[in-house]
Amino acid sequence: MTKHIERQIEQLKERILRVGTLVEEAISKSITALINRDAHLAQRVMANDEEIDRMEVEVEEECLKVLALYQPVAADLRFVVAVLKINNDLERMGDLAKNIAKRVSQLAAGKPCELPAEIRTMAMKTQEMVKQCLDAVVNGDPTLARQVREEDDAVDLDRQKIRRRVLQGIKDDPDSVENLLRINSVSKHIERIADMATNIAEDVIYMAEGEIVRHRASD
Amino acid sequence: MQTQTQPAQLVVDPPAVPTDRLVAVAAGGEVAAEVHDAVLRETPVLEIDRFNLWYGAKQALHRITMPVPHGKVTALVGPSGCGKSTLLRSVNRLNDLVQSVRITGDMRLSGDSIYDPRMDVIELRKRMGMVFQKPNPFPMSIYENVVYSLRIDGENSRAVLDEVCELSLRGAALWDEVKDRLHDSALGLSGGQQQRLCIARAIAAEPEVLLLDEPCSALDPIATGKVEDLIQELRGRYSVLIVTHNMQQASRTSDYTAFMYLGRLIEYGPTTEIFTKPILRETEAYVTGRFG
Repeated sequence: MTKHIERQIEQLKERILRVGTLVEEAISKSITALINRDAHLAQRVMANDEEIDRMEVEVEEECLKVLALYQPVAADLRFVVAVLKINNDLERMGDLAKNIAKRVSQLAAGKPCELPAEIRTMAMKTQEMVKQCLDAVVNGDPTLARQVREEDDAVDLDRQKIRRRVLQGIKDDPDSVENLLRINSVSKHIERIADMATNIAEDVIYMAEGEIVRHRASD
Repeated sequence: MQTQTQPAQLVVDPPAVPTDRLVAVAAGGEVAAEVHDAVLRETPVLEIDRFNLWYGAKQALHRITMPVPHGKVTALVGPSGCGKSTLLRSVNRLNDLVQSVRITGDMRLSGDSIYDPRMDVIELRKRMGMVFQKPNPFPMSIYENVVYSLRIDGENSRAVLDEVCELSLRGAALWDEVKDRLHDSALGLSGGQQQRLCIARAIAAEPEVLLLDEPCSALDPIATGKVEDLIQELRGRYSVLIVTHNMQQASRTSDYTAFMYLGRLIEYGPTTEIFTKPILRETEAYVTGRFG
């Protein structure tokens, strides 16, 4: 029984990591597509989302199986519960990458426009947060998870700056309103991805320490 | 800007069994028990106070100090030989019957010293109920089994006996199954019913504490489920101390769980904490089945 549950936990860890890798890739490609206005790459991101959705369902079924068959407790229980939630957040992050890709397709088809400088820095910070939160999941590292939580504020600030730029841009050049709204939408999606990375980091803290830190300010 | 992600390296560590305390204990050392604050905030019905017990030269219990909360179900868990049954049997002084037993320290039931030389052991045992692994109904009717403790106290009023019988059988969730055959032999009941009858017999005497020594280990899953439901229903009305080998039974039925190892109390706290986020890694390793 003990060996069985250990094996199941290891398999679950491998599966969630595979979902994480796919999602990380989708985010990375959607950002690259954005910067290069690459509609072809954006199409690939949208097409790959189905694979993420399929794996999300598999991981959830696996978690339910472990709960039903092994009735895990303590660290094992926290791990399975955290994986269930992380799985959900990763799938949402995949959807957000797809949404970015959709906007990129529209931007690529529309008239040329400049991206605000903050969108690159915001995207880089967010990708780093995603990478770190996945590392924290794999290593059960609450210190790294706490660092991810703290990084979210900087992304929120970038998002506010972009929003102000977009509003100003609409005033200055009303003809660019469609593109500017797409850029605004992209920045909102990136910000949401960073929020999801923060959620995952909080789940890692719960997994490692049994402490629910959600809705609390960073330490 | 990072455009291509590499799959992260998968780190799969075998779950380590923390050994610091376990090694110290195995080497004969003493470790401080981790008792959660929530336990200390409860009003105790039973206080186990620096209790040591030896079988001949072999020490089986090491300086156990634990309050057992009033009106709650407290489970004792731990690997075989950790002393949980010995501790339970010390509460009603069943170990007095073992020749080579020597004890130090004390236990107090509602403030009265259990090991006070002036304590009348028969009177003491009347204040506690005990149910063993194997159901042990007396070879008499269901009715007589339940009212046995009242009979030996000289109670002969039919009205009183009838009332206690019904209340106890209802309290043990057995009334509906036996009300039409109260005067049949108790030995004709199923194993699960016999065990609930033993609980009814124990609660008929209105014990201050109910001691259950692996009460479901000889029962099938259905009967086990009924006894577990019953234990949950006893919560609030009785103070229950239960020894169990079954982790899930401890997690399902108890309010507090004490983890013992080689005669020491290791960690003692609310069951929800012990089974979701115990303080000690040793406890975590035990409840997740990594050792024991």
